[in-house]
Amino acid sequence: MSHLLQLIVEPGFFGSAPVRSALIAGGIVAVVSGIVGSFAVLRGQSYAGHALADISVAGGSASFLVGVSPLWGFAGVGVLAAGVMDMIGVQRPRGRDLATGIVRGAGLGLGALFLYWDTTHTSTTGATITILFGSMFTIPSSLIPVIALFSALALGLVLVLYRPLLLSSTAADLAAARGIRVRLVGVLCLVAIALTVSLSAMTIGAILSTALLIGPAATGLRLTSRPGLAMVWAALIGLAATWLGVLLAYDSFYWPPGRHGWPVSFFVVTLIFVFYLLSPRPVRRVPG
Amino acid sequence: MGMFSSFMASTWVVASIVAVVAGVVGFFVVLRGAAFVADAVPQGAFTGAAAASLLGVSTLLGVAVAALVGALGIGWLGRRGRRDVATALALVVMLGLGALFLSFSSEYAPEIYSLLFGEVLGVSVTQIAPVAILGGLCVLATLALFRPLLLSSLMPELAEARGVRAGRMELVFLIVLALATSMTLPVTGALLIFSLMIGPPAAARSLTSRPLPAMLLSVLTALVVVWLSIAAAYQTNWPVGFFVGALGAVCYAVGRSWSAVRRRRPVPAGPVATALETGALAANVRL
Repeated sequence: MSHLLQLIVEPGFFGSAPVRSALIAGGIVAVVSGIVGSFAVLRGQSYAGHALADISVAGGSASFLVGVSPLWGFAGVGVLAAGVMDMIGVQRPRGRDLATGIVRGAGLGLGALFLYWDTTHTSTTGATITILFGSMFTIPSSLIPVIALFSALALGLVLVLYRPLLLSSTAADLAAARGIRVRLVGVLCLVAIALTVSLSAMTIGAILSTALLIGPAATGLRLTSRPGLAMVWAALIGLAATWLGVLLAYDSFYWPPGRHGWPVSFFVVTLIFVFYLLSPRPVRRVPG
Repeated sequence: MGMFSSFMASTWVVASIVAVVAGVVGFFVVLRGAAFVADAVPQGAFTGAAAASLLGVSTLLGVAVAALVGALGIGWLGRRGRRDVATALALVVMLGLGALFLSFSSEYAPEIYSLLFGEVLGVSVTQIAPVAILGGLCVLATLALFRPLLLSSLMPELAEARGVRAGRMELVFLIVLALATSMTLPVTGALLIFSLMIGPPAAARSLTSRPLPAMLLSVLTALVVVWLSIAAAYQTNWPVGFFVGALGAVCYAVGRSWSAVRRRRPVPAGPVATALETGALAANVRL
Protein backbone atom coordinates (compact mmCIF):
# COMPACT_ATOMS: atom_id res chain seq x y z
CA MET A 1 0.00 0.00 0.00
CA SER A 2 2.70 2.46 0.97
CA HIS A 3 4.42 1.54 -2.27
CA LEU A 4 1.30 2.58 -4.14
CA LEU A 5 1.08 5.83 -2.18
CA GLN A 6 4.65 6.69 -3.03
CA LEU A 7 3.81 6.26 -6.68
CA ILE A 8 1.36 9.16 -6.40
CA VAL A 9 4.16 11.65 -5.86
CA GLU A 10 5.27 13.48 -8.95
CA PRO A 11 8.05 11.21 -10.32
CA GLY A 12 5.78 8.17 -10.08
CA PHE A 13 3.38 9.67 -12.55
CA PHE A 14 5.69 9.39 -15.50
CA GLY A 15 7.31 6.21 -14.26
CA SER A 16 4.10 4.19 -14.19
CA ALA A 17 3.55 2.03 -17.24
CA PRO A 18 -0.26 2.33 -17.33
CA VAL A 19 0.03 6.11 -17.17
CA ARG A 20 2.52 6.12 -20.03
CA SER A 21 0.21 3.98 -22.14
CA ALA A 22 -2.72 6.22 -21.24
CA LEU A 23 -0.80 9.36 -22.18
CA ILE A 24 0.37 7.95 -25.52
CA ALA A 25 -2.89 6.28 -26.56
CA GLY A 26 -5.07 9.06 -25.18
CA GLY A 27 -2.93 11.70 -26.86
CA ILE A 28 -3.09 10.05 -30.28
CA VAL A 29 -6.82 9.56 -30.00
CA ALA A 30 -7.38 13.16 -28.89
CA VAL A 31 -5.51 14.60 -31.86
CA VAL A 32 -7.37 12.42 -34.36
CA SER A 33 -10.72 13.18 -32.70
CA GLY A 34 -10.10 16.91 -32.87
CA ILE A 35 -9.34 16.88 -36.58
CA VAL A 36 -11.96 14.38 -37.72
CA GLY A 37 -14.46 15.88 -35.30
CA SER A 38 -14.11 19.29 -36.96
CA PHE A 39 -15.63 17.78 -40.09
CA ALA A 40 -18.40 16.20 -38.03
CA VAL A 41 -19.26 19.62 -36.56
CA LEU A 42 -18.94 21.44 -39.91
CA ARG A 43 -21.24 18.90 -41.54
CA GLY A 44 -23.73 19.04 -38.67
CA GLN A 45 -23.15 15.36 -37.98
CA SER A 46 -22.79 15.47 -34.21
CA TYR A 47 -25.69 13.07 -33.90
CA ALA A 48 -24.21 10.68 -36.44
CA GLY A 49 -20.99 10.67 -34.43
CA HIS A 50 -22.84 10.03 -31.20
CA ALA A 51 -24.96 7.29 -32.78
CA LEU A 52 -21.89 5.58 -34.26
CA ALA A 53 -20.31 5.57 -30.83
CA ASP A 54 -23.42 4.09 -29.23
CA ILE A 55 -23.73 1.46 -31.94
CA SER A 56 -20.10 0.46 -31.55
CA VAL A 57 -21.12 -0.80 -28.10
CA ALA A 58 -22.51 -3.81 -29.98
CA GLY A 59 -19.06 -4.46 -31.46
CA GLY A 60 -17.22 -3.94 -28.20
CA SER A 61 -19.49 -6.32 -26.34
CA ALA A 62 -19.34 -8.89 -29.14
CA SER A 63 -15.54 -8.93 -28.93
CA PHE A 64 -15.78 -9.90 -25.26
CA LEU A 65 -17.80 -12.93 -26.41
CA VAL A 66 -15.17 -13.87 -28.97
CA GLY A 67 -12.26 -12.97 -26.74
CA VAL A 68 -10.46 -10.30 -28.76
CA SER A 69 -9.71 -6.69 -27.84
CA PRO A 70 -12.86 -4.54 -27.89
CA LEU A 71 -11.11 -2.14 -30.29
CA TRP A 72 -11.64 -4.57 -33.18
CA GLY A 73 -15.32 -4.84 -32.41
CA PHE A 74 -15.77 -1.08 -31.91
CA ALA A 75 -14.13 -0.34 -35.24
CA GLY A 76 -15.71 -3.19 -37.22
CA VAL A 77 -19.27 -2.47 -36.15
CA GLY A 78 -18.72 1.29 -36.39
CA VAL A 79 -17.61 1.10 -40.03
CA LEU A 80 -20.47 -1.28 -40.81
CA ALA A 81 -22.97 1.09 -39.20
CA ALA A 82 -21.54 3.99 -41.19
CA GLY A 83 -22.36 2.03 -44.35
CA VAL A 84 -25.90 1.27 -43.17
CA MET A 85 -26.48 4.92 -42.26
CA ASP A 86 -25.41 6.03 -45.71
CA MET A 87 -27.67 3.41 -47.30
CA ILE A 88 -30.81 4.58 -45.52
CA GLY A 89 -30.04 8.16 -46.34
CA VAL A 90 -28.30 10.17 -43.66
CA GLN A 91 -26.78 12.33 -46.39
CA ARG A 92 -30.10 14.09 -46.97
CA PRO A 93 -30.78 16.90 -44.53
CA ARG A 94 -34.48 16.13 -44.11
CA GLY A 95 -35.29 13.16 -41.89
CA ARG A 96 -31.59 12.60 -41.34
CA ASP A 97 -31.71 12.61 -37.56
CA LEU A 98 -34.65 10.24 -37.63
CA ALA A 99 -32.81 7.70 -39.79
CA THR A 100 -29.76 8.06 -37.55
CA GLY A 101 -31.90 7.48 -34.49
CA ILE A 102 -33.43 4.32 -35.92
CA VAL A 103 -30.03 2.81 -36.67
CA ARG A 104 -28.82 3.88 -33.25
CA GLY A 105 -31.81 2.31 -31.46
CA ALA A 106 -31.45 -0.99 -33.27
CA GLY A 107 -27.66 -1.00 -32.90
CA LEU A 108 -27.70 -0.24 -29.20
CA GLY A 109 -30.39 -2.90 -28.77
CA LEU A 110 -27.99 -5.39 -30.28
CA GLY A 111 -25.33 -4.08 -27.91
CA ALA A 112 -27.69 -4.71 -25.00
CA LEU A 113 -28.14 -8.29 -26.15
CA PHE A 114 -24.40 -8.91 -26.48
CA LEU A 115 -23.70 -7.32 -23.09
CA TYR A 116 -26.34 -9.60 -21.61
CA TRP A 117 -24.59 -12.59 -23.15
CA ASP A 118 -21.25 -11.25 -21.89
CA THR A 119 -22.51 -11.37 -18.33
CA THR A 120 -24.40 -14.66 -18.61
CA HIS A 121 -22.30 -16.80 -20.97
CA THR A 122 -18.82 -15.62 -20.05
CA SER A 123 -17.48 -14.51 -16.72
CA THR A 124 -16.42 -11.02 -17.78
CA THR A 125 -18.25 -9.03 -15.11
CA GLY A 126 -16.53 -5.74 -15.91
CA ALA A 127 -17.51 -5.75 -19.59
CA THR A 128 -20.37 -3.27 -19.20
CA ILE A 129 -18.28 -0.69 -17.37
CA THR A 130 -15.24 -1.13 -19.60
CA ILE A 131 -17.22 -0.71 -22.78
CA LEU A 132 -19.45 2.15 -21.68
CA PHE A 133 -16.96 4.18 -19.66
CA GLY A 134 -13.62 3.29 -21.18
CA SER A 135 -10.42 1.74 -19.98
CA MET A 136 -7.75 4.41 -20.35
CA PHE A 137 -5.50 3.00 -17.64
CA THR A 138 -5.80 -0.63 -18.70
CA ILE A 139 -4.87 -0.25 -22.35
CA PRO A 140 -2.16 -2.85 -22.95
CA SER A 141 0.93 -1.32 -24.50
CA SER A 142 0.75 -4.01 -27.19
CA LEU A 143 -2.43 -2.36 -28.44
CA ILE A 144 -0.79 1.02 -29.05
CA PRO A 145 0.47 0.10 -32.56
CA VAL A 146 -3.09 -0.91 -33.53
CA ILE A 147 -4.42 2.36 -32.14
CA ALA A 148 -1.78 4.24 -34.10
CA LEU A 149 -2.67 2.32 -37.26
CA PHE A 150 -6.40 3.07 -36.96
CA SER A 151 -5.61 6.69 -36.17
CA ALA A 152 -3.44 6.95 -39.25
CA LEU A 153 -6.27 5.45 -41.32
CA ALA A 154 -8.88 7.91 -40.05
CA LEU A 155 -6.54 10.87 -40.30
CA GLY A 156 -5.34 9.77 -43.74
CA LEU A 157 -8.91 9.58 -45.01
CA VAL A 158 -9.81 13.14 -44.04
CA LEU A 159 -6.46 14.63 -45.04
CA VAL A 160 -6.46 13.01 -48.49
CA LEU A 161 -10.04 14.20 -48.96
CA TYR A 162 -9.37 17.54 -47.25
CA ARG A 163 -10.36 19.95 -50.04
CA PRO A 164 -13.33 18.07 -51.54
CA LEU A 165 -14.56 17.20 -48.05
CA LEU A 166 -14.35 20.79 -46.87
CA LEU A 167 -16.11 22.10 -49.96
CA SER A 168 -18.88 19.49 -49.87
CA SER A 169 -19.33 20.13 -46.14
CA THR A 170 -19.77 23.87 -46.51
CA ALA A 171 -21.27 24.19 -50.00
CA ALA A 172 -22.58 20.86 -51.25
CA ASP A 173 -24.14 22.31 -54.43
CA LEU A 174 -20.96 24.02 -55.44
CA ALA A 175 -18.99 20.84 -54.77
CA ALA A 176 -21.35 18.78 -56.93
CA ALA A 177 -21.11 21.37 -59.70
CA ARG A 178 -17.34 21.04 -59.63
CA GLY A 179 -17.61 17.30 -60.19
CA ILE A 180 -16.94 16.19 -56.63
CA ARG A 181 -18.74 12.97 -55.79
CA VAL A 182 -20.41 14.40 -52.72
CA ARG A 183 -22.02 11.16 -51.57
CA LEU A 184 -18.81 9.12 -51.82
CA VAL A 185 -16.92 11.80 -49.95
CA GLY A 186 -19.70 11.82 -47.35
CA VAL A 187 -19.62 8.10 -46.68
CA LEU A 188 -15.81 8.11 -46.44
CA CYS A 189 -16.06 10.91 -43.89
CA LEU A 190 -18.59 8.85 -41.95
CA VAL A 191 -16.15 5.91 -41.99
CA ALA A 192 -13.42 8.19 -40.63
CA ILE A 193 -15.79 9.33 -37.88
CA ALA A 194 -16.64 5.70 -37.07
CA LEU A 195 -12.95 4.78 -36.77
CA THR A 196 -12.34 7.83 -34.60
CA VAL A 197 -15.13 7.15 -32.13
CA SER A 198 -14.08 3.51 -31.91
CA LEU A 199 -10.66 4.74 -30.82
CA SER A 200 -12.02 7.11 -28.21
CA ALA A 201 -14.39 4.36 -27.04
CA MET A 202 -11.22 2.58 -25.93
CA THR A 203 -9.94 5.53 -23.93
CA ILE A 204 -12.93 7.41 -22.46
CA GLY A 205 -15.69 4.90 -23.24
CA ALA A 206 -18.22 4.33 -25.98
CA ILE A 207 -20.98 6.55 -24.63
CA LEU A 208 -18.56 9.37 -23.83
CA SER A 209 -16.52 9.36 -27.03
CA THR A 210 -18.89 11.97 -28.46
CA ALA A 211 -17.21 14.41 -26.07
CA LEU A 212 -13.77 14.12 -27.69
CA LEU A 213 -15.26 14.14 -31.18
CA ILE A 214 -17.50 17.19 -30.81
CA GLY A 215 -16.28 19.28 -27.86
CA PRO A 216 -12.78 20.31 -28.94
CA ALA A 217 -13.87 20.65 -32.58
CA ALA A 218 -16.78 22.93 -31.69
CA THR A 219 -14.47 25.01 -29.49
CA GLY A 220 -11.87 25.24 -32.26
CA LEU A 221 -14.47 26.41 -34.76
CA ARG A 222 -15.49 29.15 -32.32
CA LEU A 223 -11.94 30.39 -31.96
CA THR A 224 -11.28 30.93 -35.65
CA SER A 225 -13.22 30.90 -38.89
CA ARG A 226 -10.32 29.30 -40.79
CA PRO A 227 -11.07 25.55 -40.89
CA GLY A 228 -7.43 24.42 -40.98
CA LEU A 229 -6.50 26.53 -37.98
CA ALA A 230 -9.66 25.42 -36.15
CA MET A 231 -8.54 21.80 -36.57
CA VAL A 232 -5.16 22.56 -35.03
CA TRP A 233 -6.93 24.24 -32.10
CA ALA A 234 -9.28 21.27 -31.76
CA ALA A 235 -6.40 18.80 -31.67
CA LEU A 236 -4.58 20.90 -29.04
CA ILE A 237 -7.67 21.31 -26.87
CA GLY A 238 -8.43 17.58 -27.03
CA LEU A 239 -4.82 16.80 -26.16
CA ALA A 240 -4.81 19.22 -23.23
CA ALA A 241 -8.10 17.85 -21.86
CA THR A 242 -6.92 14.25 -22.15
CA TRP A 243 -3.50 14.75 -20.58
CA LEU A 244 -4.81 16.99 -17.79
CA GLY A 245 -7.59 14.46 -17.24
CA VAL A 246 -5.11 11.62 -16.86
CA LEU A 247 -3.06 13.69 -14.43
CA LEU A 248 -6.10 14.67 -12.34
CA ALA A 249 -7.41 11.11 -12.31
CA TYR A 250 -4.01 9.98 -11.11
CA ASP A 251 -3.97 12.60 -8.34
CA SER A 252 -7.58 11.96 -7.35
CA PHE A 253 -6.53 8.79 -5.59
CA TYR A 254 -6.18 10.87 -2.42
CA TRP A 255 -9.49 12.65 -2.86
CA PRO A 256 -12.71 11.64 -1.06
CA PRO A 257 -14.34 9.17 -0.83
CA GLY A 258 -11.03 7.31 -1.10
CA ARG A 259 -10.17 3.71 -1.91
CA HIS A 260 -9.86 4.45 -5.62
CA GLY A 261 -9.36 7.39 -7.98
CA TRP A 262 -12.06 9.29 -9.80
CA PRO A 263 -12.81 8.07 -13.32
CA VAL A 264 -10.54 9.65 -15.92
CA SER A 265 -13.46 9.97 -18.35
CA PHE A 266 -15.18 12.37 -15.97
CA PHE A 267 -12.18 14.70 -15.93
CA VAL A 268 -11.68 14.61 -19.69
CA VAL A 269 -15.34 15.36 -20.41
CA THR A 270 -15.55 18.13 -17.81
CA LEU A 271 -12.37 19.81 -19.07
CA ILE A 272 -13.65 19.69 -22.65
CA PHE A 273 -16.90 21.30 -21.55
CA VAL A 274 -15.11 24.02 -19.58
CA PHE A 275 -12.95 24.84 -22.61
CA TYR A 276 -16.11 25.10 -24.72
CA LEU A 277 -17.81 27.43 -22.24
CA LEU A 278 -14.71 29.62 -21.98
CA SER A 279 -14.42 30.03 -25.74
CA PRO A 280 -15.87 33.27 -27.05
CA ARG A 281 -19.02 33.31 -29.10
CA PRO A 282 -18.03 33.67 -32.73
CA VAL A 283 -18.71 37.17 -34.05
CA ARG A 284 -18.89 36.01 -37.62
CA ARG A 285 -20.72 32.75 -38.27
CA VAL A 286 -18.48 29.83 -39.12
CA PRO A 287 -19.28 28.59 -42.63
CA GLY A 288 -21.63 25.65 -42.62
CA MET B 1 -45.77 -19.46 -14.46
CA GLY B 2 -47.02 -17.85 -17.65
CA MET B 3 -46.33 -14.44 -19.02
CA PHE B 4 -49.84 -13.34 -17.99
CA SER B 5 -49.49 -14.36 -14.35
CA SER B 6 -49.96 -11.85 -11.55
CA PHE B 7 -46.17 -11.49 -11.31
CA MET B 8 -46.18 -10.02 -14.79
CA ALA B 9 -49.38 -7.99 -14.44
CA SER B 10 -47.72 -4.73 -13.38
CA THR B 11 -45.15 -5.11 -16.14
CA TRP B 12 -47.89 -5.18 -18.75
CA VAL B 13 -49.67 -2.19 -17.21
CA VAL B 14 -46.54 -0.04 -16.86
CA ALA B 15 -45.23 -0.92 -20.30
CA SER B 16 -48.58 -0.01 -21.85
CA ILE B 17 -48.60 3.39 -20.15
CA VAL B 18 -45.05 3.97 -21.36
CA ALA B 19 -46.08 3.05 -24.90
CA VAL B 20 -49.00 5.49 -24.89
CA VAL B 21 -46.82 8.34 -23.65
CA ALA B 22 -44.06 7.46 -26.12
CA GLY B 23 -46.58 7.40 -28.96
CA VAL B 24 -47.94 10.85 -28.07
CA VAL B 25 -44.63 12.57 -27.27
CA GLY B 26 -42.83 10.73 -30.08
CA PHE B 27 -45.23 12.20 -32.59
CA PHE B 28 -43.78 15.64 -31.82
CA VAL B 29 -40.23 14.29 -31.66
CA VAL B 30 -40.59 13.07 -35.24
CA LEU B 31 -42.45 16.20 -36.35
CA ARG B 32 -39.72 18.47 -34.97
CA GLY B 33 -36.91 16.23 -36.21
CA ALA B 34 -35.69 16.18 -32.62
CA ALA B 35 -34.34 12.63 -32.57
CA PHE B 36 -31.03 13.69 -31.06
CA VAL B 37 -32.68 15.52 -28.17
CA ALA B 38 -35.03 12.60 -27.55
CA ASP B 39 -31.96 10.39 -27.47
CA ALA B 40 -29.92 12.65 -25.22
CA VAL B 41 -32.43 13.50 -22.48
CA PRO B 42 -33.17 9.90 -21.40
CA GLN B 43 -29.57 8.76 -21.82
CA GLY B 44 -28.22 11.72 -19.87
CA ALA B 45 -30.85 11.43 -17.14
CA PHE B 46 -29.44 8.11 -16.06
CA THR B 47 -26.93 10.24 -14.18
CA GLY B 48 -29.82 11.19 -11.89
CA ALA B 49 -30.40 7.57 -10.98
CA ALA B 50 -26.71 7.17 -10.14
CA ALA B 51 -26.77 10.32 -8.01
CA ALA B 52 -29.97 9.23 -6.26
CA SER B 53 -28.51 5.90 -5.27
CA LEU B 54 -25.46 7.72 -3.93
CA LEU B 55 -27.52 10.19 -1.87
CA GLY B 56 -30.08 7.60 -0.83
CA VAL B 57 -33.07 9.47 -2.27
CA SER B 58 -35.69 7.99 -4.59
CA THR B 59 -34.56 7.14 -8.09
CA LEU B 60 -37.59 8.88 -9.54
CA LEU B 61 -36.62 12.18 -7.92
CA GLY B 62 -33.03 11.88 -9.10
CA VAL B 63 -34.02 11.07 -12.66
CA ALA B 64 -36.63 13.84 -12.77
CA VAL B 65 -34.13 16.46 -11.64
CA ALA B 66 -31.46 15.18 -14.02
CA ALA B 67 -33.86 15.03 -16.96
CA LEU B 68 -35.01 18.58 -16.31
CA VAL B 69 -31.46 19.88 -15.88
CA GLY B 70 -30.39 18.07 -19.05
CA ALA B 71 -33.33 19.35 -21.09
CA LEU B 72 -32.94 22.94 -19.89
CA GLY B 73 -29.17 22.67 -20.41
CA ILE B 74 -29.75 21.71 -24.03
CA GLY B 75 -32.07 24.68 -24.41
CA TRP B 76 -29.57 27.06 -22.79
CA LEU B 77 -26.52 25.83 -24.71
CA GLY B 78 -28.54 25.74 -27.91
CA ARG B 79 -29.00 29.49 -27.69
CA ARG B 80 -25.24 30.00 -27.51
CA GLY B 81 -24.22 27.86 -30.48
CA ARG B 82 -25.07 25.07 -32.87
CA ARG B 83 -27.98 23.00 -31.67
CA ASP B 84 -26.58 19.54 -32.36
CA VAL B 85 -23.31 20.50 -30.71
CA ALA B 86 -25.23 21.81 -27.69
CA THR B 87 -27.16 18.56 -27.40
CA ALA B 88 -24.01 16.46 -27.70
CA LEU B 89 -22.17 18.50 -25.07
CA ALA B 90 -25.04 18.55 -22.59
CA LEU B 91 -25.36 14.79 -22.99
CA VAL B 92 -21.71 13.98 -22.44
CA VAL B 93 -21.41 16.27 -19.43
CA MET B 94 -24.34 14.44 -17.84
CA LEU B 95 -22.81 11.07 -18.70
CA GLY B 96 -19.43 12.16 -17.37
CA LEU B 97 -21.04 13.08 -14.06
CA GLY B 98 -22.85 9.76 -14.17
CA ALA B 99 -19.52 7.95 -14.49
CA LEU B 100 -18.27 9.85 -11.46
CA PHE B 101 -21.34 9.08 -9.30
CA LEU B 102 -21.18 5.44 -10.29
CA SER B 103 -17.57 5.17 -9.24
CA PHE B 104 -18.51 6.58 -5.81
CA SER B 105 -21.46 4.33 -5.17
CA SER B 106 -21.37 0.65 -4.49
CA GLU B 107 -24.00 -0.07 -7.10
CA TYR B 108 -22.49 -1.47 -10.20
CA ALA B 109 -22.89 -3.17 -13.53
CA PRO B 110 -26.40 -4.68 -13.24
CA GLU B 111 -28.01 -1.38 -12.22
CA ILE B 112 -26.33 0.60 -14.98
CA TYR B 113 -27.26 -2.07 -17.41
CA SER B 114 -30.93 -2.04 -16.52
CA LEU B 115 -31.07 1.78 -16.47
CA LEU B 116 -29.65 2.01 -19.96
CA PHE B 117 -31.11 -1.03 -21.65
CA GLY B 118 -34.22 -1.85 -19.70
CA GLU B 119 -35.20 -4.60 -17.30
CA VAL B 120 -38.91 -4.53 -17.69
CA LEU B 121 -39.71 -7.97 -16.31
CA GLY B 122 -39.34 -7.09 -12.65
CA VAL B 123 -41.73 -4.16 -12.29
CA SER B 124 -43.42 -4.03 -8.89
CA VAL B 125 -47.00 -2.96 -8.17
CA THR B 126 -45.84 0.13 -6.25
CA GLN B 127 -44.27 1.51 -9.44
CA ILE B 128 -47.58 1.71 -11.27
CA ALA B 129 -48.94 4.80 -9.48
CA PRO B 130 -46.02 7.21 -10.12
CA VAL B 131 -45.73 6.06 -13.73
CA ALA B 132 -49.46 6.52 -14.29
CA ILE B 133 -49.54 9.99 -12.69
CA LEU B 134 -46.47 11.31 -14.51
CA GLY B 135 -47.57 9.69 -17.76
CA GLY B 136 -51.03 11.22 -17.48
CA LEU B 137 -49.47 14.62 -16.80
CA CYS B 138 -47.29 14.22 -19.87
CA VAL B 139 -50.15 13.29 -22.19
CA LEU B 140 -52.39 16.05 -20.76
CA ALA B 141 -49.70 18.70 -21.22
CA THR B 142 -49.11 17.57 -24.80
CA LEU B 143 -52.81 17.53 -25.66
CA ALA B 144 -53.48 20.87 -23.98
CA LEU B 145 -50.75 22.47 -26.08
CA PHE B 146 -51.44 20.33 -29.12
CA ARG B 147 -52.30 23.08 -31.59
CA PRO B 148 -49.67 25.70 -30.73
CA LEU B 149 -47.07 22.94 -30.49
CA LEU B 150 -48.13 21.54 -33.85
CA LEU B 151 -48.11 24.94 -35.47
CA SER B 152 -44.72 25.97 -34.14
CA SER B 153 -43.25 22.58 -35.10
CA LEU B 154 -44.44 22.83 -38.69
CA MET B 155 -44.61 26.53 -39.48
CA PRO B 156 -42.55 28.54 -36.99
CA GLU B 157 -43.05 31.83 -38.86
CA LEU B 158 -46.82 31.54 -38.98
CA ALA B 159 -46.81 30.51 -35.33
CA GLU B 160 -44.77 33.59 -34.40
CA ALA B 161 -47.19 35.76 -36.33
CA ARG B 162 -50.01 34.32 -34.25
CA GLY B 163 -48.18 34.98 -31.03
CA VAL B 164 -46.85 31.47 -30.43
CA ARG B 165 -43.25 32.02 -29.41
CA ALA B 166 -40.97 29.34 -30.89
CA GLY B 167 -38.59 29.58 -27.93
CA ARG B 168 -41.39 28.99 -25.44
CA MET B 169 -42.75 26.02 -27.39
CA GLU B 170 -39.25 24.56 -27.55
CA LEU B 171 -39.07 24.87 -23.77
CA VAL B 172 -42.47 23.21 -23.36
CA PHE B 173 -41.37 20.39 -25.63
CA LEU B 174 -38.14 19.87 -23.68
CA ILE B 175 -40.03 19.80 -20.37
CA VAL B 176 -42.53 17.25 -21.68
CA LEU B 177 -39.60 15.18 -22.88
CA ALA B 178 -37.99 15.40 -19.45
CA LEU B 179 -41.27 14.37 -17.83
CA ALA B 180 -41.66 11.37 -20.13
CA THR B 181 -38.08 10.41 -19.37
CA SER B 182 -38.44 10.58 -15.63
CA MET B 183 -41.53 8.39 -15.62
CA THR B 184 -39.98 5.68 -17.77
CA LEU B 185 -36.28 5.60 -17.04
CA PRO B 186 -36.41 4.05 -13.56
CA VAL B 187 -38.80 1.38 -14.78
CA THR B 188 -37.87 0.49 -18.32
CA GLY B 189 -34.50 2.07 -19.14
CA ALA B 190 -33.36 4.77 -21.53
CA LEU B 191 -33.12 2.71 -24.70
CA LEU B 192 -36.70 1.50 -24.55
CA ILE B 193 -38.32 4.93 -24.35
CA PHE B 194 -36.08 6.32 -27.08
CA SER B 195 -36.78 3.50 -29.53
CA LEU B 196 -40.51 3.80 -28.83
CA MET B 197 -40.44 7.56 -29.39
CA ILE B 198 -38.83 7.19 -32.82
CA GLY B 199 -39.89 4.03 -34.65
CA PRO B 200 -43.69 3.91 -34.23
CA PRO B 201 -44.30 7.65 -34.76
CA ALA B 202 -42.09 7.63 -37.86
CA ALA B 203 -44.07 4.72 -39.28
CA ALA B 204 -47.37 6.42 -38.42
CA ARG B 205 -46.26 9.63 -40.14
CA SER B 206 -45.49 7.72 -43.34
CA LEU B 207 -48.93 6.12 -43.32
CA THR B 208 -50.98 9.26 -42.79
CA SER B 209 -50.15 12.94 -42.84
CA ARG B 210 -53.15 14.09 -40.82
CA PRO B 211 -51.97 15.01 -37.31
CA LEU B 212 -54.55 13.35 -35.06
CA PRO B 213 -54.86 10.01 -36.90
CA ALA B 214 -51.06 9.91 -37.13
CA MET B 215 -50.78 10.38 -33.38
CA LEU B 216 -53.37 7.69 -32.68
CA LEU B 217 -51.67 5.30 -35.08
CA SER B 218 -48.35 6.05 -33.43
CA VAL B 219 -49.80 5.17 -30.00
CA LEU B 220 -51.28 1.92 -31.33
CA THR B 221 -48.05 0.93 -33.05
CA ALA B 222 -46.06 1.69 -29.91
CA LEU B 223 -48.44 -0.50 -27.90
CA VAL B 224 -48.07 -3.41 -30.31
CA VAL B 225 -44.28 -3.03 -30.36
CA VAL B 226 -44.01 -2.97 -26.59
CA TRP B 227 -46.36 -5.93 -26.10
CA LEU B 228 -44.53 -8.05 -28.67
CA SER B 229 -41.20 -7.07 -27.12
CA ILE B 230 -42.26 -8.05 -23.62
CA ALA B 231 -43.62 -11.38 -24.81
CA ALA B 232 -40.40 -12.06 -26.72
CA ALA B 233 -38.23 -10.93 -23.79
CA TYR B 234 -40.21 -13.16 -21.48
CA GLN B 235 -39.79 -16.19 -23.72
CA THR B 236 -36.11 -15.75 -24.50
CA ASN B 237 -34.96 -13.95 -21.35
CA TRP B 238 -33.07 -11.56 -23.63
CA PRO B 239 -33.08 -7.81 -22.84
CA VAL B 240 -36.29 -6.07 -23.83
CA GLY B 241 -34.29 -3.14 -25.27
CA PHE B 242 -33.07 -5.40 -28.03
CA PHE B 243 -36.57 -6.30 -29.19
CA VAL B 244 -37.89 -2.74 -28.97
CA GLY B 245 -34.91 -1.44 -30.95
CA ALA B 246 -35.30 -4.09 -33.63
CA LEU B 247 -39.08 -3.74 -33.89
CA GLY B 248 -38.76 0.05 -33.99
CA ALA B 249 -36.45 -0.31 -36.98
CA VAL B 250 -38.94 -2.70 -38.60
CA CYS B 251 -41.73 -0.11 -38.13
CA TYR B 252 -39.56 2.55 -39.72
CA ALA B 253 -38.67 0.27 -42.64
CA VAL B 254 -42.35 -0.56 -43.23
CA GLY B 255 -43.22 3.14 -43.17
CA ARG B 256 -40.43 4.00 -45.60
CA SER B 257 -41.42 1.24 -48.02
CA TRP B 258 -45.05 2.32 -47.79
CA SER B 259 -44.26 5.90 -48.77
CA ALA B 260 -41.93 4.61 -51.49
CA VAL B 261 -44.79 2.55 -52.94
CA ARG B 262 -47.11 5.57 -52.72
CA ARG B 263 -44.86 7.69 -54.93
CA ARG B 264 -47.80 8.91 -56.97
CA ARG B 265 -48.09 11.85 -54.62
CA PRO B 266 -45.69 14.69 -55.39
CA VAL B 267 -44.44 14.93 -51.81
CA PRO B 268 -44.67 11.53 -50.13
CA ALA B 269 -45.95 12.28 -46.65
CA GLY B 270 -43.09 14.60 -45.83
CA PRO B 271 -43.44 17.53 -43.43
CA VAL B 272 -44.49 19.74 -46.34
CA ALA B 273 -47.60 17.69 -47.08
CA THR B 274 -48.66 18.03 -43.47
CA ALA B 275 -47.64 21.64 -43.40
CA LEU B 276 -50.07 22.44 -46.19
CA GLU B 277 -52.79 20.65 -44.34
CA THR B 278 -51.96 22.35 -41.07
CA GLY B 279 -52.00 25.63 -42.92
CA ALA B 280 -55.65 24.95 -43.60
CA LEU B 281 -56.06 23.88 -40.00
CA ALA B 282 -54.27 26.94 -38.70
CA ALA B 283 -56.50 29.20 -40.75
CA ASN B 284 -59.43 28.47 -38.47
CA VAL B 285 -57.59 27.92 -35.22
CA ARG B 286 -57.85 30.69 -32.67
CA LEU B 287 -54.73 30.60 -30.57
